[in-house]
Parts: sequence; structure tokens; C-alpha cells
Amino acid sequence: MISFKNINKAFGKLQVLNQVNLDMAAGKSYALIGPNGSGKTTLIKSLLGLVIPTSGEILFDDKRITNDWKYREKIGYMPQIGRYPDNMRIGQLFDMMKNIRQGHDKTDEELIDSFKLYKIYDKRMHALSGGTRQKVSAALAFMFNVPVFILDEPTAGLDPVSVEILKEKILHEKQRGKLMIITSHVLSDLDELASDVVYIFEGRIQYNDTIEKLKIETNEKRLGKAIATLIRQKELLASVTE
Amino acid sequence: MTRIIKYIFYDIVRTRFVLLYTVFLWVSTFALFQLDSDTSKVVLSLLNIVLMVVPLISIIFTTIHFFNSYEFIELMLAQPVNRKVIFLGEYLAVASSLCGAYVAGVGIPMLIFGANQSAVALLFTGVALTCVFVSMAFLASVLTRDKAKAIGIALLFWFYFSLLYDGILLWVVYSFSDYPLEKITLTLIAFNPVDLGRIIMLLQLDISALMGYTGAFYKDFFGSSLGILFSGSILFLWAIVPLWTALRIFIRKDL
Repeated sequence: MISFKNINKAFGKLQVLNQVNLDMAAGKSYALIGPNGSGKTTLIKSLLGLVIPTSGEILFDDKRITNDWKYREKIGYMPQIGRYPDNMRIGQLFDMMKNIRQGHDKTDEELIDSFKLYKIYDKRMHALSGGTRQKVSAALAFMFNVPVFILDEPTAGLDPVSVEILKEKILHEKQRGKLMIITSHVLSDLDELASDVVYIFEGRIQYNDTIEKLKIETNEKRLGKAIATLIRQKELLASVTE
Repeated sequence: MTRIIKYIFYDIVRTRFVLLYTVFLWVSTFALFQLDSDTSKVVLSLLNIVLMVVPLISIIFTTIHFFNSYEFIELMLAQPVNRKVIFLGEYLAVASSLCGAYVAGVGIPMLIFGANQSAVALLFTGVALTCVFVSMAFLASVLTRDKAKAIGIALLFWFYFSLLYDGILLWVVYSFSDYPLEKITLTLIAFNPVDLGRIIMLLQLDISALMGYTGAFYKDFFGSSLGILFSGSILFLWAIVPLWTALRIFIRKDL
């Protein structure tokens, strides 16, 4: 459904993405893992058209996304930091987003209900806590029944109850055959939510396969341990070839 | 697009900064009317405030607003809309709210104490300068990713057009005072929106006689309907050109 072909991106001298090739299929959910500054966010942003790659192309439903914006109708995006205009009310924000995304008659307001956001529709954004803003971001991302979801650190800053609600929603959407791209540093969350692992390091994709296979290869039961073992193996390999 | 503009407009109008700006203009106009009841004299005193304060507030507020809404702009750009729509929507929302604050602050006391043609001209000049400097602020904002740097560039724009340019112009006039400079200064004035605003206003106030032959020449030119059309369209260009340049950069920018 989505494919990255030889994507390179450099900010000045800094090479952030280096020959990235990646195919993503509907019905799977991908855990995007890598240390800080490894290029995860840049990869996501280039898919959203926020960052324009230096070279290479990105195909969405077999169509190039350069200079196109219609394809974003099929993407729900939850940013890492949700900052909204201070004096805007939650209700106004939802109304504005619905207006931007016209043509969605049936909106999915499940998260608004389960997070009880309808109770605070009149509250202004500057009065909200970080966690509540995160809930608003989540509710916005899931509002439009789209086939692709991009969630950048979805559970960061949420209380345990809300984390469970959000996880349930993600799993539910995944079962309905949606494509999920999730980044997180909480690997135990990803273990439950994702089916595939994409490990990025220094702008290159180091590993791309199912979680099951990674666990078998590394002989570990938990995703966190498996990733750690993977990194150690890679380092060992690198030191040998040097 | 209208709903984007509407809600961003609501948001800006409610910020403390814009409220204070309106109150400040309101109080100064009101106070000047207390000192003198002749509208033309009040307009002349207000002119100096308008030519300095309006560009400064417009350019600084817009730059800060742009960087404060950076994440929100990013989120809107992740929606199925053209970048152009978001950018122009932001511009129209910021420009209209600042123009609204200006018109409310200066216009309401004038309506109370009696408005004449020069008052209308002052309102027009202020609105035009707001639009011009908001569009310069957008240009400063897209030129860099760093908020402090962008504010620096914005201040530089203001400093140049409000102070430096006049110095250069004076230097030119003094150095070449032996030559007929009317047409050349007229052209040079068109390169500074603040000066253009000042000349339009001074000629409205019938004090151009104090400026001697040059004043008479300007009066002849700016007083004609062609002159008004000329100055109006030059001010319009001053709003459009920086905005268009900023839009070109914004469309290709990495966020």
C-alpha cells in the first residue's frame, strides 16, 4: 500500500535518511523503532509530505505523493507533541478538522466518548493538561475512518486507564484491516500492538520483518530483549567486518 | 478555508496581546481628543504613533504567532489540504484580526468625537501598513527555522523601513540638493511603505504648503486620482510581493 523507494534526506550536511527502501501492506501494523535522532520522525514526516526527500520517491496506493495532497484523506495522524492554539475550544478544533476533511459523513467518535472529551468541549486549549491534549490528538487521528494510521508516540503522557483505552482502539482498528505505523520507546506496548518491526539506525533500515521472526532469530521472548540482542549482534558483526 | 480563518481569527482576537494593543490605541486616540478637539490635529499626532507602532506590533506579533502555531500548522498540513490554503488562511486570519484591533482602537474614538476625511485616510493607512508588515513577518518566519532568528529578521525589516531608509533618503536629498530631485524622491518613496503612508497622510492634512516646492509637486501628484491609485497600488504590491515570496518558500519547506 505504501512504498518508500531509495529515499534520501539530508538537512544540510546531516544525512538523516540513507537509501531507505520499505514496503508496507494493509492489515499489518508496523513498529518503528530506533534511538533518538535515528530518522523515525523524518520518515513519518516524509510520508505525510511535511518533509520533502532529497531523492527517491514514495508511493501511496501506487501513486507518487510528490505535489499531491489528496492521498492524505486516507491517513490519520497523531503527532508526538500536540500543541493547539491557546484560545481555541476543543469543540471548535473538532469542528474545524471535520470541515477540512469534508466528505466523511460518518465520523468515528468512539474515543471522544471513552475519553469523555464531550464533557469538556467548551474548555480552551491552554487550560488542558499535556495528557488531555494527547487524548484530543488521539481522538482527532481516529475520527475519520481512514485506512492508514500514523501514531507518533501515542501512549506518551497518558494515564494507565487511557493507555488501555487507546491500545484497545488501536487493536480494534488493526483487526479491521487497517495499516498502522507506530513509533514508541515503550517496547512492551509495541509487543502487543504491532505485527512487524522496522528498526532504523542512523538513517538506514537495519531490520524489517515480523516480530515473531525476530523473537525466534534472537531466541528471546520479549520484544525489548529481542531488540537489545539484535543491536548487540549488529554491533558484533560491525566490529568483525572492521 | 473560511472555517480555518474563522477559528484562528477567534483565537487571535482573544489573546491578551491583541487586546492590549486595541486598548493602547483606544486610550491614545481618546487622550489626544481630550487635548484637542480638532480632528485634523489629532490625526496628525496619531500619525506618528501609527507609523511607528503599527508596523512594529504587526511584524513582531505575527512572527511570534507563526512560531507558536508551528505544531498546529504541521498538524493541519498532515490533513488533506493544499499547503497554499493553510498558508493563506493563516495570513488572512492574522491580518484581519490585527486590522480589526487597529480599526476598533482608533476608529471607535474617532466616530465618537467626529470623523472627517483625514480620519478615514488614517484608518486606511494603518490597515494597509498592517497588511504589509504582516506579510513581511511571514517572509521572516519562513526564512529560518529558529524563532529568535526570525524575530531578529523581523525587527531588522522594521528598523530598516522605519528608521534607516529615511536616513538614506535624507542623505541622498542633501548630497544631490543642486539637482531637481522631485521625481527621483517620488520613486524612492515608493520603495518604502512607511514613507508612502506618511506622504499620503501629510497631503491629506493640508500642511504640504509647509514643504515648499516639493510639497506642491507632491500635492499635485498625490492629490490627483492617478496619484491615489498609484500610492494605493504600490502599498498593495508591498503586501503581495513579500507574501508571494514567502508562499513560494513555504510550499517547498521542510517542517
